[in-house]
Amino acid sequence: MSKISRRKLITTGLAATAGVAGLGVAAKLARRYGLIPPDSGVLYGAGETLTYAAQRTLTRHSMAREFSPSDISKDPFANEVAPLGDAFQRLQHGAFADWRLTVDGMAARPASFSLAELGSFPRSSQITFVACEEGWSYIAEWSGVPLSHVLDRVGALSQVRYVVYRSFQPDWWESIDMVDALHPQTLLTLGMNGGELPVRFGGPLRMRVPRQLGYKSVKYITRLTLTDSLKHFGKGLGSASPEGGYAWYAGI
Amino acid sequence: MGTPAEFEMTGQTSAREAPQVVETLQPRHSALVRVTHWLITVSFLALLVTGVEILISHPRFYWGETGNVNMRPLFTLHIPSSRDTVPTGYGYVLPDQNGWSRYLHFEAAWVAVLTGLVYLAFGFFRGHFRRNLLPDRSDLSPRALATSIGNHLRFKRPGEEDAWSYNTLQRLTYLIVIFVLFPLIIWTGLALSPAFEGAFPSAVSVLGGRQSARTLHFFVTISLVLFLLIHIFMVWFAGFRRRMRAMITGRSGAAKERA
Repeated sequence: MSKISRRKLITTGLAATAGVAGLGVAAKLARRYGLIPPDSGVLYGAGETLTYAAQRTLTRHSMAREFSPSDISKDPFANEVAPLGDAFQRLQHGAFADWRLTVDGMAARPASFSLAELGSFPRSSQITFVACEEGWSYIAEWSGVPLSHVLDRVGALSQVRYVVYRSFQPDWWESIDMVDALHPQTLLTLGMNGGELPVRFGGPLRMRVPRQLGYKSVKYITRLTLTDSLKHFGKGLGSASPEGGYAWYAGI
Repeated sequence: MGTPAEFEMTGQTSAREAPQVVETLQPRHSALVRVTHWLITVSFLALLVTGVEILISHPRFYWGETGNVNMRPLFTLHIPSSRDTVPTGYGYVLPDQNGWSRYLHFEAAWVAVLTGLVYLAFGFFRGHFRRNLLPDRSDLSPRALATSIGNHLRFKRPGEEDAWSYNTLQRLTYLIVIFVLFPLIIWTGLALSPAFEGAFPSAVSVLGGRQSARTLHFFVTISLVLFLLIHIFMVWFAGFRRRMRAMITGRSGAAKERA
């Protein structure tokens, strides 16, 4: 009896040690390969981590579905926006000539661009949907500068792991990993459906991340910060979304 | 089913009051079936509650790729919403619970899917499906099916054999839930993920588009809830304590009294 229980004890102990060590190694590997989202430590972060890790492993380079011009929604819905204030209206009055996009952080050549300068960069367009976490959606044609082009231009350093983007609305700030930041469909959007990007849809400058839900496509972008860690941004959860209770990664 | 080995319930060893009837308990459900059953129960309830919370932020349904309040819905649930952008006719807006609901919905989905995979592997490799769920060919004859359906419609109390083996309608229902409704709820749910849609666009377009997938996700949920309600009713009807004991402890008491 004692022999069996001792053997059992040893095997159980070994198995437990191996299990813990295995988990440790898995966590370390997952961290190295960028499979752990910044909000992995929140209450339901385990499920979020599984989703993010699974999608970064299996669908890293997939393209968001593109539609044909006939699929474009006739009457797209613009979610309500909190009043943008006098400063925004002054900029709007001047046709956004004084709007600047500042790019700072881990860049060899930090810079600030006007909309005209952004407009002179190579342009890309796509017909993709905006899907809100609430359940509604619409399809539109979006045109602008691929974020990857701007990152090239400022000389993003090799250790950059996230791009933090901020809005004219101070409560809205988001971040994406380099998989999405360098993705060809991630767009600093200047135009919609062949015209300028209307203010209610995020004009003059909106980030479009079509492989994620609408709340990652932040309106009124003013600043990009390149960083290797999100620890010192806000509460360190990656963006305003987890601070408000929503998942950082919205690819689901 | 193999012949279950009989054994006496421990704890009735008191010599002072030798019981008139020795209650014998026999194996009914394997440990794996019981553990996966309750894991699925917990995750399904979490998915249901959080799903309702997410749904009330936009209680309108559409068909096709797109849908929003500027478009004509396929149908609308006449309930209040948690967002003031949705015209509901109610003068108030419900509290917004989407944040934690979404986190928990996907976490519970992982638990359900991983549990389901373990159950499927067990079901196929250990013969659970073949032995316990696949109906005998003879039970599928029109006459046998009509008898089984008739018994259910007349609310005939299940016989003793039903405590040890599923009846034909029960087997067919479980097979539909396991091999039709669960795959469908996972598929239509994944179709709502923008990243999944990018990787597997045809998995969404064959459903009719993203909004169609959302509408189908709702209808499959309704089917699963109907199943749950009938399942609970049948457990109650067949003998709540005995059936629950079988699914919790794995053993069921024999109804026939033994001296």
